[in-house]
Amino acid sequence: MYDKHTKDKQFEPRIVAFFCNWCTYTAADLAGTARMTYSPNVRVIRIMCSGRLDPQFVLAALREGADGVLIGGCHPGDCHYQEGNYKALRRFTLLRRVLKDLGIEEERIRLAWIAASEGDKVQKTINEITESVRKLGPLKLERRGLLQAEPTILDTVDAAVSAPGGVS
Amino acid sequence: MAKVPIKIDGHPIEVEEGTHVLEAAQSLGIDIPTLCHYPYMTPYAVCRICSVEARDDKGWTKIVTACNYPVWDGLEIYTDTPRVRNARRINLEMLMSRCAQLPVLQQLAERFGVEKPRWGFGEDTCILCGLCVRVCDEVVGAHALTFSERGIFRKVSTPFDQESDDCILCGACAQVCPTGHIVMNDIEGRAVIHEEFSMGPNSAISVPFRQAVPNVPIINPEQCIHFSTGGCEVCSEACPKDSINFEDSDRFEEVEVGTIILATGFKIFDPSSLRNYGYGKYPNVVTALDCEVMNNASGPTGGRVLLENGEEPRSVAIVHCVGSRDARTNKYCSRVCCMYSLKLAHLIKEKTGAEIYNFYIDMRTPGKGYEEFYQKLLNENVHFIRGRVAEISDWAVTPEEEGKLVIRAEDTLIGAVRRIPVDMVVLSVGLEAQSDHDDVRRLFNISCGHDGWFLERHPKLAPVSTFTDGVFLAGACQGPKDIPDSVAQAGAAAAEALALIDKGHVDLEPNTAFVQEAVCSGCRTCMSMCPYSAVNFDDAKNAAGVNEALCKGCGTCVAACPSGALQQKHFTDDQIFEEIRGAFTYV
Repeated sequence: MYDKHTKDKQFEPRIVAFFCNWCTYTAADLAGTARMTYSPNVRVIRIMCSGRLDPQFVLAALREGADGVLIGGCHPGDCHYQEGNYKALRRFTLLRRVLKDLGIEEERIRLAWIAASEGDKVQKTINEITESVRKLGPLKLERRGLLQAEPTILDTVDAAVSAPGGVS
Repeated sequence: MAKVPIKIDGHPIEVEEGTHVLEAAQSLGIDIPTLCHYPYMTPYAVCRICSVEARDDKGWTKIVTACNYPVWDGLEIYTDTPRVRNARRINLEMLMSRCAQLPVLQQLAERFGVEKPRWGFGEDTCILCGLCVRVCDEVVGAHALTFSERGIFRKVSTPFDQESDDCILCGACAQVCPTGHIVMNDIEGRAVIHEEFSMGPNSAISVPFRQAVPNVPIINPEQCIHFSTGGCEVCSEACPKDSINFEDSDRFEEVEVGTIILATGFKIFDPSSLRNYGYGKYPNVVTALDCEVMNNASGPTGGRVLLENGEEPRSVAIVHCVGSRDARTNKYCSRVCCMYSLKLAHLIKEKTGAEIYNFYIDMRTPGKGYEEFYQKLLNENVHFIRGRVAEISDWAVTPEEEGKLVIRAEDTLIGAVRRIPVDMVVLSVGLEAQSDHDDVRRLFNISCGHDGWFLERHPKLAPVSTFTDGVFLAGACQGPKDIPDSVAQAGAAAAEALALIDKGHVDLEPNTAFVQEAVCSGCRTCMSMCPYSAVNFDDAKNAAGVNEALCKGCGTCVAACPSGALQQKHFTDDQIFEEIRGAFTYV
């Protein structure tokens, strides 16, 4: 975004969002049909269930250049697949602790429960995470010593959380 | 039992031996007056008004009481001979010496020509027919009433004239009393079982409402005497088809189905939470549903719109948007209220000729013929005042407001606050989701909006489908809608369900999980993940496998696989990694 007062370019964070097909993705669709506007910094990737979210997707997103990651799942008790969102919560809790140990701010990744009818909550959540990541500034993994040409500590964590298999 | 031939007033008839003469005469349509007789109870023969003359072919003759005299072969009965009339007259005179003022006795006196009873005029109201005592003993089984004292002091009473704990307040004694001697009293702390219910028929056994499906009566065990004392069963005796079943009860029935249509409907907004409208405080402030009940020709008022005092209102206010388009209650428009308010305005105007004031925010009359109906009402001189009603009270400041309900509202078209006194206020209440919508939603694994209406799969592309395959929506459970819209949606839902049934099979989700057996280490982590037990383990191959018929395609097992052997079709790790990379190829 171009700030006309300072003539400086404001930092625009890049955020990857993993949305569950049955709730948050539908809610984002609803937000669209309701013509709600939200910050354009989020790129949405559809998964069938927040339980499909492999923690290495989050790490991959951060490595590829994301400044933050948003995960959207069904409210507790409302999972289309009964309990996928609980498994997502378990993995998310562990992953956030690992990222914290690596020095990556907790605010950069967020798990939100958004039901299919909550288009306004999609708008609000996306705007919130965009603003909080904007305040934190770019992630800059190289400066943190987490991304080098050689295999890095992030790769090691990546391998530890979920070793890349035959196809990945 | 054998049938025997008898003659009543010369009419031959064959009846079962042992039948009482009264029943035989009634089956021929011959009128015999009775006072102490009532079906379902053993005949008592104390009033003796039913006296008839019995004869045989040999010249034998006798005055007998028809209610308890059993027939026999060759019996001849005469119900209107001078001898019979004389016997009835004497009995009637004796009854009148006790209670001459009773309308039921005076009618009989006129019929049999008793002008001046020779033993004087009594002023009691009880003819000691004993119906109340017998109904309490034989039918109800409560044994709370009996005769007490003797001779001229004989009377009906409860034991020691005290309030009886055995009385179940069923009202049967008052019901059978031919003279109105027994009346029901409200006793503090003891509810009368047959308390009048204002909104429908009042009986322990009744068809719930006229259009009920199935149209059969049900027993209300809280009101039914049988469930209180074990007695009565009068309905069972009266039913010619033996259809009464006292043992029946609510039960759960399991039905296997392939598709489900949810049509759980709505509930109306309860206006008692809006204190300024005085619903529940002023009896003449009613909801649109109450008013609809009054307008129903088969309802309790027979289709008349009445105030609480039984008079017709001369002015009626209809308040729109109660519980709709209001930040305090529901923000949405309930869609049907404008039109039903117009309909009620038309009906009330037609039936009572009252002045009608509609208080509205916006008139919303979209639909075929709806706007024309609104124009018709404008021509019928119904008043339309644009403005939300602030308050309904009985606080009069001028003489013409005395004893009326005063509406205080801003008329936004003339820019003034108005006070309008009316006799009756109809609140056009909005539609709300059923209060158990969350339980139903969870049961069928579908979604609800903020207001509790069930969420369709897509507003335009799948308006009757839900997020669960095979579950469809119809009617107001999906959102406020009127009858034509509900019918149209129900048709669509039925067609969707039929299409699925006709096809005979269901398409599985294509995005099931699969195992790359060569990579699988056999750790079995995936097996504990699956909520559908779709992941199995092949010991021979030492590898997991996925049952595609059971797999719903959530991918939780895939995310858990430490070796990457489990993958999900259309959502493989590689595909998602590429999507992540692709997300950064621009900007």
